[in-house]
Amino acid sequence: MELGTVLPAIAFYLFASTACICALMVVIARSPVRSVLFLIMTFFSAAALFVMLGAEFLALLLVIVYVGAVAVLFLFVVMMLDVDFVELKQGFAEYLPLGGLLAFVLTVELIVLGTTFRLPENFSAQVPIEQGVSNIEAFGLVLYTDFAFFFEAAGLILLVAMIGAIMLTLNKKKGVKRQKVSDQVARTPKDGLELIDVKPGEGLS
Amino acid sequence: MMEIGIHHYLAVSAIIFTIGVFGIFVNRKNVVIVLMSVELILLAVNINFVAFSAHLNDLTGQVFALFILTVAAAEAAVGLAILVVYFRNRGDISVDHINMMKG
Repeated sequence: MELGTVLPAIAFYLFASTACICALMVVIARSPVRSVLFLIMTFFSAAALFVMLGAEFLALLLVIVYVGAVAVLFLFVVMMLDVDFVELKQGFAEYLPLGGLLAFVLTVELIVLGTTFRLPENFSAQVPIEQGVSNIEAFGLVLYTDFAFFFEAAGLILLVAMIGAIMLTLNKKKGVKRQKVSDQVARTPKDGLELIDVKPGEGLS
Repeated sequence: MMEIGIHHYLAVSAIIFTIGVFGIFVNRKNVVIVLMSVELILLAVNINFVAFSAHLNDLTGQVFALFILTVAAAEAAVGLAILVVYFRNRGDISVDHINMMKG
């Protein structure tokens, strides 16, 4: 057996098994912090698998967006919530048999489906991957032309998500004095100044 | 066995997908783990898309995976925001009482 075929296979099995084991640990880990860390590990392994498939841009995006943003967001929320996570683990054993059975059946079905299907013979690629063009360059060539509408829609989704998340978590406390710029700008000399006609010898009471 | 084809990637994707479904089943009380399971499911879908994209020599699958990534990030942000507000109002994050969010 030559090294050229064995090495990719070894790398694939290494990353694939890491991804699967870490994914399982996400689900069964005792504390959510560990779950998040295993989730990060899963995403790293998946990124490695993406690199093996030739999708370098998506692999780096997975590391940056998921590990750098989403997983850290999860970590923040887990540490922010002051919850007794041991109590939340109750019911785990109760649902384990049924869930395990369903998961087993689903896995077997999906793997049988995945290993037995045949691709159509006359498939023609819509956007063929050309040799000699780097992955990110190929992305850039189609993302802003063929998929421009979807790209903008994705940006809109992110904007809506950002506004939604801010609006949901914005905490308006009563009794806190805040600066209101619009009120300050709208203020006229009439509002701030009062002229009182004081008669001589009487003073102000 | 040593020749890594699309079927191997599909098998990995299938396993991760089912682990995600399994996680939603067994962690009924912990919304954080449920959200993480959803992320796992979306990751499995992405692996499927990229595997087919590489196999069929078509970039469309990877572009679609990019959009899935976007939507997954947005979903995680909004989901965690809802979770934080829910925790602020109730003091725990159990799924059992989450129907109090209705109207």
